[in-house]
Amino acid sequence: MTFYFPAESLGAFPPRLYPDYKSTVKRSPTKPLIIIPHTLSELTGPVYGQDAVQPGDEDLTRQHAGEPLGERIIVHGHVLDEDGRPVPDTLVEIWQANACGRYIHVVDQHPAPLDPNFTGAGRAKTDANGYYKFVTVKPGPYPWGNHYNAWRPSHIHFSLFGHSFISRLVTQMYFPGDPLFPFDPIFNSVPDERARNRMISAFDLDATIPEWALAFRFDIVLRGRNQTPMER
Amino acid sequence: MAEITPSQTVGPYFAYGLTPRKNYDWKDTFGSDLVTADASGERIRIEGQVFDGDGAPINDCMLEIWQADAQGRYASPADSRARPNTAFQGFGRTPTDRDGRYVFDTIKPGRVPGLNDKMQAPHIVMAVFARGMLRQSYTRIYFADEAANSEDAILALVPAERRETLIAPKSLREGRAVYTFDVRMQGEAETVFFEI
Repeated sequence: MTFYFPAESLGAFPPRLYPDYKSTVKRSPTKPLIIIPHTLSELTGPVYGQDAVQPGDEDLTRQHAGEPLGERIIVHGHVLDEDGRPVPDTLVEIWQANACGRYIHVVDQHPAPLDPNFTGAGRAKTDANGYYKFVTVKPGPYPWGNHYNAWRPSHIHFSLFGHSFISRLVTQMYFPGDPLFPFDPIFNSVPDERARNRMISAFDLDATIPEWALAFRFDIVLRGRNQTPMER
Repeated sequence: MAEITPSQTVGPYFAYGLTPRKNYDWKDTFGSDLVTADASGERIRIEGQVFDGDGAPINDCMLEIWQADAQGRYASPADSRARPNTAFQGFGRTPTDRDGRYVFDTIKPGRVPGLNDKMQAPHIVMAVFARGMLRQSYTRIYFADEAANSEDAILALVPAERRETLIAPKSLREGRAVYTFDVRMQGEAETVFFEI
């Protein structure tokens, strides 16, 4: 299958410079980006060996001797292209704070406890239907230094590849109804409200496992359309 | 038709998930050494530093590169030509260190077809991710010792006075070619980034 990547779709992305998120000011290009046509170098992308994902990598609650504290949750969904077709066999990498809002990263020193039973990293490969599933705990919100009393809404970081190097996506999955949304410049850097809302997972009662875990559905759409229109 | 999911920053804490190296209790999916035992071609090193608008090194950056093999073939289903007869995957990932430095060990890519089937000069595509970057920035690494640079259709789209930022000078270290490619997000010598 040959894919193409309409530039118009990038309207859903945040601008590179968004001064409310202060770190963008010194880290975004100031000169105009050069628009180039897509060559083989852009239209191709990596594939991964069978050993890229090991069984169990998708369960963040079973990486240590004991179980992590927090609300156990299932995060699952489909990875799709812009035609709504599944993206099979693509790598999904996630990382997140623990239930207290603390990252295991050495730079995160805010006074919330680390959990010896939680690293917060996972990976999965989508199946033939583009479906992926993780088991984890719900991450807590955490403070950051962007402005006075700044808190990030609870989120899970996602990294995906898709059909080519230009369908590569790093994003964040949020949880429905978070009261911190109006105050978060990273979430609000996405200008279009409908596009913003596509980063919010949906509570999924059907996938909830009784007496064990709540479920949240997060479908992800990557850049890429097929050369021939999909029949409906 | 489905609408794409917006990009968000990789943030300051990606290392334990995406580039744990030996610092965290997690396995790396990708490393900075792309060379496989069976890969033909010239072994090269690409190294450099990443700087912000104040000229300060960015020490929480992640760089990814994507390239063809020495015969100019991509290890990708989207490259319909003969598949490389090696395990060479052509994809690498690295964090920057405390001084904003990075290193990739790889092989020099061959020429790949470009617009109107005209061959491109050898190059590597690079994506830059970091805290403060709401989406990745794409650039290209070209090689200073390639005469083909002068006829490359993509380089020709770049204003002449800015092309230098994409062309990595070569030096020799212990007999091996080392190409230096710094990434400057801003400033007079701001690296050329592409909208793709």
